[in-house]
Amino acid sequence: MEHLLALFVRAVFVENMALAFFLGMCTFIAISKKVETAIGLGIAVMLVQTITVPVNNLIYTHVLREGALAWAGLPESDLAFLGLLTYIGVIAALVQILEMLLDRYVPALYNALGVFLPLITVNCAILGGTLFMVERDYDFAESAVYGLASGFSWALAIALLAGIREKLKYSNPPAGLSGLGITFITIGLMSLGFMSFAGIKL
Amino acid sequence: MNTSTSAKPRALAVLFAPVFDNNPIALQILGICSALAVTANLKTALVMSVALTLVTAFSNLFISLLRHHIPGSIRMIVQVVIIASLVIVVDQVLRAVAFDLAKQLSVFVGLIITNCIVMGRAEAFAMQNPPLPSFLDGIGNGLGYSALLVALGITRELFGSGTLIGFRVLPTVADGGWYLPNGLLLLPPSAFFLIGLFIWALRSWKPEQVESPAFRMAPQVREQEP
Repeated sequence: MEHLLALFVRAVFVENMALAFFLGMCTFIAISKKVETAIGLGIAVMLVQTITVPVNNLIYTHVLREGALAWAGLPESDLAFLGLLTYIGVIAALVQILEMLLDRYVPALYNALGVFLPLITVNCAILGGTLFMVERDYDFAESAVYGLASGFSWALAIALLAGIREKLKYSNPPAGLSGLGITFITIGLMSLGFMSFAGIKL
Repeated sequence: MNTSTSAKPRALAVLFAPVFDNNPIALQILGICSALAVTANLKTALVMSVALTLVTAFSNLFISLLRHHIPGSIRMIVQVVIIASLVIVVDQVLRAVAFDLAKQLSVFVGLIITNCIVMGRAEAFAMQNPPLPSFLDGIGNGLGYSALLVALGITRELFGSGTLIGFRVLPTVADGGWYLPNGLLLLPPSAFFLIGLFIWALRSWKPEQVESPAFRMAPQVREQEP
């Protein structure tokens, strides 16, 4: 239990998806002009991440990994090379299913998330979470915690950036730096701030 | 888009426009995800550039060849499958040829699948244009991405550790030389600062680029001022 908590804290603060690994940057910059939309997108990412990482973990351990198909009488199979194709397929399918389920049962949330849900399929933070899970060999419980934590870390980062950018529009930077340039430098400073969590161990 | 235009006269423009005039990273804000993480040294930046250029070029080529057969409603999934297959090929080749490098790049080769440049060019260019220009467009955008990646890689490795692709260029103080390496450049945040400054430099050199993005920003930036 303790090491799961440590994993959670590390994934949220030290290994922040957006600020330490730069994942999901395109959406991170494009959709962080308003706090409200940023939080909506953050929640959507968290939701999808919490589901896809454990599901991909199950598929990896029971189908793709070397020798994983022993239960089907194929002990020598190694389908790990199909990983990338499988994960992205699973993510696309899950996002689609989630969209339909939310539309049917929780229309309020569905309307709030709007166009962000389908966009999430191509968010690198989602695929990145799965790939880190595979690379670090997490078991099922760890992957569930990691999925939630990495999604939360991304949501936290985009909400913070949106808060800063809402105020930033009143600033007056040099012409060439305005807009994109100054946003990058702001993210750099935030990332520097998050690095101060690096020494924390639970 | 006019598909009957002959490919020749446009070829050069298609190939080189994305490098400076329409840089995918600096102007279109595409594909930044991996641009930052792999540039702490030049070698990984170069490998990543080559990998992405190849994937973009060939995914554009194949998608353009298939463009009349892909039904509109499922085109995204078809594109993703084509791109993912190409990335698997690149990943497997890299693992076989340079395993250490593949380990260093860790998940970022796989993340080419979700790199917005590849998907964006497939959707915006390859779906409407014949194979040859699409292929060149893919290479051009790959080069635009590479130009920025290599520039970042050179700056970060040269000033961060005094080496280039592992060879010592500036003798560091620790080795009895004169150069005191700037450790900040090896840390992740420096990539953000450098890209911000790079965009600033590019837009000062080509002021017309300030115009259009600043214009998009302008209503937001200015309208609410008192």
